[in-house]
Amino acid sequence: MSSENITVQKLRERFGERVLDVRTFRDEITVIVPREDIFAINQFLRDDPELRYDFLVDLCGVDNLGTDPRFMVVYHLYSFQRNERIRIKAGVPKDDCTIASMVPLWKGADWLEREAYDMYGIRFDGHPKLVRILNTDDFDGHPLRKDFPLRGERAAEEER
Amino acid sequence: MLGPTIITSTIDKVVNWCRQYSFWPFPFGTACCAIELMAALAPDYDMARFGAERTSFTPRQADVLVVAGTITNKMAPALLRIYHQIPEPRWVIAMGACACSGGPFNTYSVVQGIDTLIPVDFYIPGCPPRPEGLIDAIVKLQKHIQSDTVLMAAG
Repeated sequence: MSSENITVQKLRERFGERVLDVRTFRDEITVIVPREDIFAINQFLRDDPELRYDFLVDLCGVDNLGTDPRFMVVYHLYSFQRNERIRIKAGVPKDDCTIASMVPLWKGADWLEREAYDMYGIRFDGHPKLVRILNTDDFDGHPLRKDFPLRGERAAEEER
Repeated sequence: MLGPTIITSTIDKVVNWCRQYSFWPFPFGTACCAIELMAALAPDYDMARFGAERTSFTPRQADVLVVAGTITNKMAPALLRIYHQIPEPRWVIAMGACACSGGPFNTYSVVQGIDTLIPVDFYIPGCPPRPEGLIDAIVKLQKHIQSDTVLMAAG
């Protein structure tokens, strides 16, 4: 498409069919990529002189219970110079719940990845210290997973 | 051993007068109720006229622990530590629905009322309570202190 966004164009040029899907909603662009290439893609987006997405706005996990892959890691990137935003998503299956850590690229990813680990159980390879951040250190389970009971597993057992 | 006498009741009156009209609160504000606590301390509602002139941010020099906000399981040990660091006589005010009973958050991470952890003297309902609600608790606290006696404190 000639009117396609420059980011999507360059991504398709560079990564070809590894750009799994591109969705647009009003001005928002979402690119879905496989998790094996997520580090290379994010590095390209950050370092390419025409794109320069130098700010990681947010990194979060999503639990889509019932779909495969079950989890999704969503990256929101922003370019200060160009005032452009983009959303990158990568699917993470439940059995091999790992994905590359973005800490080498953006220091801000540190605590964001710890939160995704604490809440969903997604492990980030290469994270300097992947421990729980929001829940107590001795907490069992990953609360934001859709099969985690609201009041906690101990309370759910007591109710039974 | 010694019962109440004219001497002790006079001492009571003086000591209680000092304590009730010059209590220093420790604002344990964790969430939205802390904003209403700040509003109560600000000029418009002015808690200083009741004696809470100096909010103490060290528990060692505080009288009243005002818990304003949600207490999570992660925060609970800190709350306990602060409570035990306040020298007696000390009082606890649970401000807002979350401190009283966990509020709307009946979840895996929220303490369902701080009275499961520490003894509470006054509960202020509201989400958040108006500053007048906090002032109401303060005035009730002052009346409560009036009924204290030095004898009981020693025993």
